[in-house]
Amino acid sequence: MTDGRIRRTPLYETHLRAGARIVPFAGWEMPVQYAGIIQEHTAVRGKAGLFDISHMGEFIVRGPESLPWLNSLLTNDLNKLKDGEGQYTILCNEQGGVIDDLYVYRLNDAEFFLVVNASMIEKDFDWLERHKKEGITLENQSDKTGALALQGPGTLEIMTTLGLTELPKKHCIVSFTLGGIPVRLSRTGYTGEDGVEIFFPAAHSVKLWETLLSTGDVIPCGLGARDTLRLEMCYPLNGNDLSPKLTPLEAGLGYFVSLDKGEFMGRDKMVEQKEKGVPVRLIAFKQSGPGAPPRAHYKVFANGAEVGEVTSGTMSPTLKTGIGLAYIKADTARIGQALEIEVRGQRVAAIIEKKPFLKK
Amino acid sequence: MSNIPQNLKYTKTHEWLKVDGQTGTVGITYHAQHELTDVVYVELPKVGASAKADGAVAVVESVKAASDINAPVSGEITEVNTAVTNDPGLINADPYSKGWLFTIKISSPNEIETLMSAEEYSKFIG
Repeated sequence: MTDGRIRRTPLYETHLRAGARIVPFAGWEMPVQYAGIIQEHTAVRGKAGLFDISHMGEFIVRGPESLPWLNSLLTNDLNKLKDGEGQYTILCNEQGGVIDDLYVYRLNDAEFFLVVNASMIEKDFDWLERHKKEGITLENQSDKTGALALQGPGTLEIMTTLGLTELPKKHCIVSFTLGGIPVRLSRTGYTGEDGVEIFFPAAHSVKLWETLLSTGDVIPCGLGARDTLRLEMCYPLNGNDLSPKLTPLEAGLGYFVSLDKGEFMGRDKMVEQKEKGVPVRLIAFKQSGPGAPPRAHYKVFANGAEVGEVTSGTMSPTLKTGIGLAYIKADTARIGQALEIEVRGQRVAAIIEKKPFLKK
Repeated sequence: MSNIPQNLKYTKTHEWLKVDGQTGTVGITYHAQHELTDVVYVELPKVGASAKADGAVAVVESVKAASDINAPVSGEITEVNTAVTNDPGLINADPYSKGWLFTIKISSPNEIETLMSAEEYSKFIG
């Protein structure tokens, strides 16, 4: 946070009462776990988990020129979206480096809903303000918006008991009344499981949290499980795996970059990289020998030479082995390439794997 | 106090020491395992290695992070608990018994007096 203030979501007291362990994250005091990271992780893979994601940021962009304007700042092609549809996309600087990764939803042809990372709310909003065109209105709704993520194969069953008998299509967003409260609900998430993310006026946070938990087959989950779940799916975490010095192509996010949609911020650099190749690449690796699990900033070696650095690493609760993401020199970034990760002076064997680790 | 046994000595870095003559058994406290979250990996010292009081001799890793484990007193490592290497979750489930980490032949018994009692440790962690 630019003002150094530690923030709490409206559910802070509720989390404490539920036995949560609170940690600082991106300027917020957030629950890292309730019952335990592995138990929560397993609940999401097996049935369902509920996450407080109120720390994330929500912006509304309005105006008849919203679409071409946003399309000139984001890497994915907004022309692909119909009303009510969303897409994962990336906000880049002039050099093609990643400022933030986000979700954008087209509510209608003159209104778009953006969901951005907690750590980047101010920076993203400032960036958009600075590049604003005439006729565009920008509203930061982050402070007055609460958000929950219900994730897991049991999502539909739970939502059905709450009156939503059909989930929106993947990446789509609908308006719905949940327990008497008007919400926006999207079929999205950060876990690789089926699930929804729900956005609503912050004052209703406790009521919605309790309503969703009252359905039974769902437990509260913290940021610890959120991190292991996303890492098994190789979803990048901004600040760890994304950087303003590295492009989406280097981050392996080329699928979300539309180089042929016309001009957009950072495109020149990405066109150049597409032609000449990228110098480094974000790869996924799995531990293949005995040793400690990988962690961010551990050095990576291939054929005896240092080739890069781990950006995220953990012990995968599903695979029961160390997994991680690392930026390494592009000429060694091949699936099946043997690596060594340096852990406290020891080398631990690893192998480059196809993303994601779990096929969903 | 039920999570802080009376018969043990405690360090400021949340290890416990059980003294039995010249031998000390070492593990981490209930509070420490709770703060660490699920332990998923343990690196124990070698038998015969010498340890200095407050020196790092082992590493316990949770899903989230790696933490050094210090020797509460100086001495020689005499035994390590390979059960926790195979099943690190023992440290969470049973930190004072099945989750012990190593034993140490205490070389300077006067160091024991510098450690905290159960009551002092209880105040220390608040």
